Amino acid sequence: MNVEVRNLHKTFGTFQAVRDVSFTIEQGQLIGLLGPSGGGKTSILRMLAGLETPDSGDILFQGARVNDLPPQERGIGFVFQNYALFKHMTVEGNIAFGLEVKKWPKARMKERVAELLELTGLKGFEKRYPHQLSGGQRQRVAFARALAPEPRLLLLDEPFAAIDAKIRQELRNWLREMIDRLGITSIFVTHDQDEAIEVADEIMIINQGRVEQKGTPWDIYRNPETPFVAEFIGESTFVEDVGQLRGFGDGGLRSGTKALIRPEYVEIGRESDFPLLSATEKGTIRRLQFRGSEWLVEVEIGSVKLVTYRSLEKEVFQPGEEVRVLVHRAYLFNDSDCWIMENRLKEDPMPVFI
Amino acid sequence: MTHVLQSRWWSWGFRSAVMLYFLVLIVLPIAGVYGQSLSGSWAGLRDTLTEPLAWKAVVLTIKLALIATAINALLGTMAAWTLVRYRFPGRSLLNSLVDLPFALPTAVAGLMILLLLGPRSPVGQWAESLGFTILFHQPAIVVAMVFVTFPFVIRAVQPLLEELDRAEEEASYTLGASRAKTFFRVILPSMVPGIASGSMLAFSRALAEFGAVVLVAGNIPGRTMVASVYIYGEIESGNPAGATIVSVLLLTLSFAILWTVNHVQMRRNAG
Amino acid sequence: MRRLWIGLTTLVFALLLVTPLARIAIGAWDDGWSGFWDGLTRPEARHALWMTFLVVVVVTAVNALFGVMMAMYLVRAGWLGKRLKQLLNSIVDLPFAVSPVIGGLMIVLLLGPDTVIGSLLDPLGVKVVYAFPGMVIATLFVTFPLIVREVMPVLQEIGSQQEEAAATLGAYAWTTFWRVTWPSIRWSVIYGVVLTVARAIGEFGAVLVVSGNIMGKTQTATNLVYQDVENFNLTAANAVALVLAASSILLLLFMEWAKSRKERQA
Repeated sequence: MNVEVRNLHKTFGTFQAVRDVSFTIEQGQLIGLLGPSGGGKTSILRMLAGLETPDSGDILFQGARVNDLPPQERGIGFVFQNYALFKHMTVEGNIAFGLEVKKWPKARMKERVAELLELTGLKGFEKRYPHQLSGGQRQRVAFARALAPEPRLLLLDEPFAAIDAKIRQELRNWLREMIDRLGITSIFVTHDQDEAIEVADEIMIINQGRVEQKGTPWDIYRNPETPFVAEFIGESTFVEDVGQLRGFGDGGLRSGTKALIRPEYVEIGRESDFPLLSATEKGTIRRLQFRGSEWLVEVEIGSVKLVTYRSLEKEVFQPGEEVRVLVHRAYLFNDSDCWIMENRLKEDPMPVFI
Repeated sequence: MTHVLQSRWWSWGFRSAVMLYFLVLIVLPIAGVYGQSLSGSWAGLRDTLTEPLAWKAVVLTIKLALIATAINALLGTMAAWTLVRYRFPGRSLLNSLVDLPFALPTAVAGLMILLLLGPRSPVGQWAESLGFTILFHQPAIVVAMVFVTFPFVIRAVQPLLEELDRAEEEASYTLGASRAKTFFRVILPSMVPGIASGSMLAFSRALAEFGAVVLVAGNIPGRTMVASVYIYGEIESGNPAGATIVSVLLLTLSFAILWTVNHVQMRRNAG
Repeated sequence: MRRLWIGLTTLVFALLLVTPLARIAIGAWDDGWSGFWDGLTRPEARHALWMTFLVVVVVTAVNALFGVMMAMYLVRAGWLGKRLKQLLNSIVDLPFAVSPVIGGLMIVLLLGPDTVIGSLLDPLGVKVVYAFPGMVIATLFVTFPLIVREVMPVLQEIGSQQEEAAATLGAYAWTTFWRVTWPSIRWSVIYGVVLTVARAIGEFGAVLVVSGNIMGKTQTATNLVYQDVENFNLTAANAVALVLAASSILLLLFMEWAKSRKERQA
């Protein structure tokens, strides 16, 4: 089902949770709402569900305005962060609830429940109560319950926030597969970048009640449209005056232009590591931190401090050592503009044609 | 669509009914009594307020309620401590007995005290040998008040003691404090909010008590007549105006106490 | 140390609670079995016990219904502003602070024969004060907070998410209440009901004022005990009191049982 939202506004008391939000979601897409806590993403989700009423704006499902429809009639499935399972009903009872309410015939209900138990890998657990299940199992029951009445839109509010890190990964993959298989339009809210990037077809970055950017994970990563997005995705270092860096400093850059530089865009090594030595400059290693799967390296160039990662396979540097640093590209912004700039010196200034 | 309409009408119906019920049952009567007290003439108001018997009744009630509350604060704290910290046979029986004053009609409580402490009972005779009478004198009123308000302090302190993390005590011991010192510096402070709020509720209840007291007090105006009995007397002798004014006095006092308890609890929950 | 406190506490309980109860039981048999039986079966006693029973049934039913709804509205209602909810919340507790005699007085002032409402109803033949309705209203007032106060904390604790989940699955208000909310608050309501019954049986001052204590017409069991004591008819008073005390013990047992079920659910 396609979902369209136009100029949504919501204020709680004096706090403006959602400001003029508009977007469209196509049938079958899996969209992630990503952003910092308190940014408004859960409010948007709850308004789509009918659990909150927008102050102004329209919500359309398949072209029809649903603002006045209560949650009972919107044909949605909602998965809550803390599962919200019915504590005094069995797994079976929970899953069948939506079907009982809609008065499905008994035989068809049994079939559907069995289908969902199979789908969510909970066969054999029908008679158990929520308190007898693990966190991951409970969340799967929550999915099964939400999916049972064949909703046209699936909404998930931080579905994995309350789950152990290890299980989270498994569940993420499982969710992705399941939704692909079912082809149901889905929107989920998360504050975990990795989750959004891994699971979603497209991501919407929500901050302070506004949509900062909507696009595929790759797009957002590559071409952030606002400084917030650039800083939010990945781990960038903020540089006050980028002109100091080699390859970025020359006329044409207004003073006061700031930059965000991703660790993955910073390369360090010995002189012999770089084919294009002229693009590099000298830097001093300030600090190293073991991160389990790689080293986090802090390197200083003059007054600018940069952060980068270094593979465990490569030579290990020591604090105080001098190395060569190459900054491939930076995300620049000032009061009026933001853009990505490649290191000018990366192009061989003296191409030799043979 | 009809489903929605149906449920909307029902919702409206229920909401109005409940709100109306609340308004008519609770708000209106209380407002009424305040309104009535202020509607009479100023002279009437002044006369009632300066009527010595009225004053004596109120002062007596406050005095005796304070005594009863103090007794209950001590007994209640001790009982709460024993019930929470020690395991012994009969503990759950005692714990259940705490609620007895809540379950027992006050008139029955009064009768019980009457029988137990009357001049011909063992206790009454023992008291006489010591030179004082209990029944139909002020001590009986205190006994009645203590009985009726017995559970308040206990039930307020118990949860606090149960919540207390043993680790806090253990930390105190490891830092060198003796048992007594730990009790006074670590444990007692956490019990104090319960003792305080329980005492205030007990005091409020003791002020208001009628049933148990009227049977055992003797109700001699100016000597053993508490405020609630005075009010009853005024109603029965056809002086509702006088009754109303003293009622308002008592009410205001009770409301002030109630408000204080709520306020303190809110602060405690927020902090 | 330990022994001291346990011993002292047991002593206090024995003196304050157990002995008085035992005394009533003994007192009721002062004139033997016939004395007890006569005291209990005289017409005014039978009427008084019946009156108490009626009042309790009506009051419990009404306050259970309205009490649960009030609790739901105070905790869940979106249509009540926050300020208003806080105000209503503090008003709910007021009957606790009101002396029963004052409670009775309020009803008489509002609905008595010489008031606005009273004079409207009187010609219609509807007597409120000095009649059954007045007694019910007085007892309703006094017991109102009990169920509300028991249910509210539970509603707050369980949170609204299960109810929201039920809504997204298509369940409307009644279904959601019955299948999702009720199972969670059931035991608190039952505990509140038991408290209400106990309180209603024990109600004395308010009913005394409102009912006029007309023997054989508007006298409740507690009022009869009072009357008996004033008339020095102690054996009879004991008989009725014993019945009341026995019901209290039973109710106390119920209370503890419901309390344990309530806590187990949490």
